[in-house]
Amino acid sequence: MKLKKLVPACTLALATMFGASAQAQISGDTIKIGFISDLSGLYADIDGPAGAEAIRMAIADMGGAVAGKKVEVLVADHQNKPDVAGAKAREWFDTQGVDMLIGGTNSGTNLAMAKVAQEKKKLFISVGAATSALTNEQCSPYTVHYAYDTTALAKGTGNAVVKAGGKSWYFLTADYAFGTQLQNDSSTVVKAAGGTVVGSVRHPLSASDFSSFLLQAQQSKAQILGLANAGGDTINSIKAANEFGITKTMKLAGLLMFINDVHSLGLKATQGMYLTDSWYWNRDAESRAWSRKFFDKFKRMPSSIQAADYSAALQYLTAVKAIGSDDADKVLAQMKKTKINDIYAKGGWIRDDGSMIHDMYLMQVKSPDKSTEPWDYYNIAQTFKGEEAWTTKAESKCATWK
Amino acid sequence: MQVFLSQLTLGLVNGSFYAMLSLGLAVIFGLLGIVNFAHGALYMLGAYVAFIGMDKLGINYWAALIVAPLVIGALGVVIERLFLRHLYKIDPIYGLLLTFGLALIAEGILRYSFGVSGQSYDKPDLLAGSIDLGFMVLPIYRAWVVVASLTICLGTWFLIERTSLGATLRAGTENPALVQAFGINVPLMVTLTYAGGAALAAIAGVLAAPIIQVTPLMGSSLIIIVFAVVVIGGMGSILGSIITGLALGLVEGLTKVFYPEASSIVVFVIMAIVLMVRPAGLFGKEA
Repeated sequence: MKLKKLVPACTLALATMFGASAQAQISGDTIKIGFISDLSGLYADIDGPAGAEAIRMAIADMGGAVAGKKVEVLVADHQNKPDVAGAKAREWFDTQGVDMLIGGTNSGTNLAMAKVAQEKKKLFISVGAATSALTNEQCSPYTVHYAYDTTALAKGTGNAVVKAGGKSWYFLTADYAFGTQLQNDSSTVVKAAGGTVVGSVRHPLSASDFSSFLLQAQQSKAQILGLANAGGDTINSIKAANEFGITKTMKLAGLLMFINDVHSLGLKATQGMYLTDSWYWNRDAESRAWSRKFFDKFKRMPSSIQAADYSAALQYLTAVKAIGSDDADKVLAQMKKTKINDIYAKGGWIRDDGSMIHDMYLMQVKSPDKSTEPWDYYNIAQTFKGEEAWTTKAESKCATWK
Repeated sequence: MQVFLSQLTLGLVNGSFYAMLSLGLAVIFGLLGIVNFAHGALYMLGAYVAFIGMDKLGINYWAALIVAPLVIGALGVVIERLFLRHLYKIDPIYGLLLTFGLALIAEGILRYSFGVSGQSYDKPDLLAGSIDLGFMVLPIYRAWVVVASLTICLGTWFLIERTSLGATLRAGTENPALVQAFGINVPLMVTLTYAGGAALAAIAGVLAAPIIQVTPLMGSSLIIIVFAVVVIGGMGSILGSIITGLALGLVEGLTKVFYPEASSIVVFVIMAIVLMVRPAGLFGKEA
């Protein structure tokens, strides 16, 4: 009688042990990647549904399965609301068994997701957010900030423009956390490089008309107009600056611009502008080949964020494959040990504050007659190698990096 | 002084848009009693019709200025015949909800087909360039916007308030049964009024598109301000909406000089004050 009960119990125990050692430690029997981004609002073109597809492309390139387990991706729209993003992340970690979360655009939502991931001890890779707070005041041992941040943007464009002779600056700034942070970071860089900041004007988010603000900028007699805003606000500022002839007396510096913005404005309105980005589809043969695949699906070239989505998913899965586990601490340790070399980053590595350190690029927008094919928009004017563009240890306020 | 004059001029340009859009809303509300929340969407659709016409079909700006209001006016006929006519007898809130829903659908469809970054189209060569006013450089296109919208606004006002057609329209909404008895087709008149309001929004859309980016969200960011304008001017008052539109453009322009951060709320602050002092609006008749 006793024996009869014992046999199945032993069998079960044995099976569990063998199962664990033979099939590696994958929780829930699938590897689940969550992706929360703006899928329908003003940032949907630079990331959005195409960003989700980039992650699926990475999974497909890994063969759809890693360490013998299927890889799944869950996608949700945060509608640019931090509370929605935080609640979705919590739900996925608690009930769906999500192993790693990729954060899309919008700084506020990413800060919310980073908090939840830290609490749940799960890996969070922030791709689309600009705020440097993710690796600075609010850094977490579970956050990797993958593509770019406000510091890198400011160091890139700010330094280059001052060096090219643009000494006096005036800022047109979106009146919320992101805009003021970008302005502050840029002012610091400009002053350190020997330039001056003569003034700034703050405009409400999604302002309907920029001409008044631009006339104020023009009256400042500064050489450079720094655009510390994003998306539609940047686009409409540039349009109005051209229309009012501001571009004849001042040079524009877009502090956060994506290729979609340039595409939308056209080269005639943007030619000669400097901007800093983490990637350009036409950078090398490898990036071109991948971008062509992307283009076939979406009829547009990928933004740097979409390429970074692909890379983040690919590197995560590669690490899971190497160690046969999806345990967040182990995977992160493995990712930190390995150099990142793919279509997005060359020789990238994850620093202890969570920043993924890689080259950044200063682009200059081509004039229409120099553009030889659709989406051929940039010349790479300068490459910032390795840590050059990023926060230094001395500047950082990240507690875990001290 | 220079700053002052140039900001006033820019305020006038923005005021022209407010005036033209709030005029359409006032006409529709005054004659139909419908709070047309789809007005922003019609404005956006007008800009898209022009964009598609110019970019894909190769028509020029001037043709677009005529085609877009016709297309959107026809859409207005469909909306009125299909949906709005069932709502005249019931609470105005239903008309508001219905038109709001239509606006969301229109935005969603265009976001799906064109994305959110937006498209742009060039202004016609005739209106390119700028004039030096001494205190500022004014792009000719902006001057054209002011002239065109003032002409359209005053024309509409004249049509409704000073012609016999306008008188019939107003009588038809006051007492449909009696006017019908005179042999006038009141339902047709109502349909055409809504179509006319929609066409006004479309013209504003075509005029705005060379200045700002054509995006599916361009209507919803403007419609709230325009509603505030209508409330301040007095719901249904046609001349009131024109004058308030221009005046608020000027006030907003000045706010941008003295306290730029407040420029997006100054209209609403004024609205709150007006509602407290004169609930029917500056030009509305007290009930």
